[in-house]
Amino acid sequence: MKGMGIIVVKVSQIIAPVIFLFGLYVIVHGHLSPGGGFAGGVIMASAFILQILANGAILPKLRHEEHGLEFLESAAILGFLILAGLGLIISGSFVFFANFINRGVVGQLISAGFIPIENIIVGMEVCAAIATIFIALVVFKDEVSE
Amino acid sequence: MEIYLIIMLVLMILGSIYSLHAKDLLSAVISYGIVGFGLVISFLLLQAPDLAIVQVVVEIVTLVIMIAVIKNTTHEENEKSFSFSTIFYLAVVLVFAATFFIIFDKMTGTLSSFGQHFTRMSTAYIEGAHETGSANLVTGIVFDFRAYDTLGEATVLFTAVIGVLTILRLKGKKKDYK
Repeated sequence: MKGMGIIVVKVSQIIAPVIFLFGLYVIVHGHLSPGGGFAGGVIMASAFILQILANGAILPKLRHEEHGLEFLESAAILGFLILAGLGLIISGSFVFFANFINRGVVGQLISAGFIPIENIIVGMEVCAAIATIFIALVVFKDEVSE
Repeated sequence: MEIYLIIMLVLMILGSIYSLHAKDLLSAVISYGIVGFGLVISFLLLQAPDLAIVQVVVEIVTLVIMIAVIKNTTHEENEKSFSFSTIFYLAVVLVFAATFFIIFDKMTGTLSSFGQHFTRMSTAYIEGAHETGSANLVTGIVFDFRAYDTLGEATVLFTAVIGVLTILRLKGKKKDYK
């Protein structure tokens, strides 16, 4: 896939880190403000997609990135399951997904037990999933046209 | 009330066992439909009509798609002559249909009437939300009360990605065919 003009490339290089940071903010503040893992993950993935659309695709590099994202996605879903199992074991209440970390003060950034950790894991999962699907489609299109 | 649930669960188990051991795909798919529609009535029994609506739509669409696929891919039509086994199969179908219909009729009577919500769960969610320690009520419900649901959603995304990668991988397929 070919990239776009110099103006689009430069502007996207300035905008993409801001979008990425905004996604991180939405994920980390999921338990305080509207948003959370699902919305923030899609915002973070859109930063990747913007970069690929603007700069064009270099196939070997993209394939390498695809492998990394696949690993990230599988690791995220495994982490979610492990967190659920830890809730079952540590809390002693025999409840899947039992909140076993101290809840702290409502409204602070580090509070609400393991809800922020769950948010981060789901954000990783969603970001990796959306980016993987996009990269797979780009790679497929380029391989067909080769 | 519980006896109806047990009858439904036994019918569902019978249907799934038959679909595992059926000789042709069409009867396997149709007997698998017993599980789906049994689940609809079980949801009604457990006072969850919204889940029952979703399940009945999903089940009908899936069944239609699967039967269409089987009709278009299998070429052999097995035509059976009328015999004793036909009467037996017909009787089994009638028994299943009658059980489904009777229990469905009983269950629709126990649901709360139109416009009268049954809000025990939502009241419990809103009143217990401060226990999660989350300032955002939605996140508190999604990641604490209904975290199991969220695990399912994440798994759906994971499965979708695996499906896309499996279908779109050209290079691996070519290597295998050479």
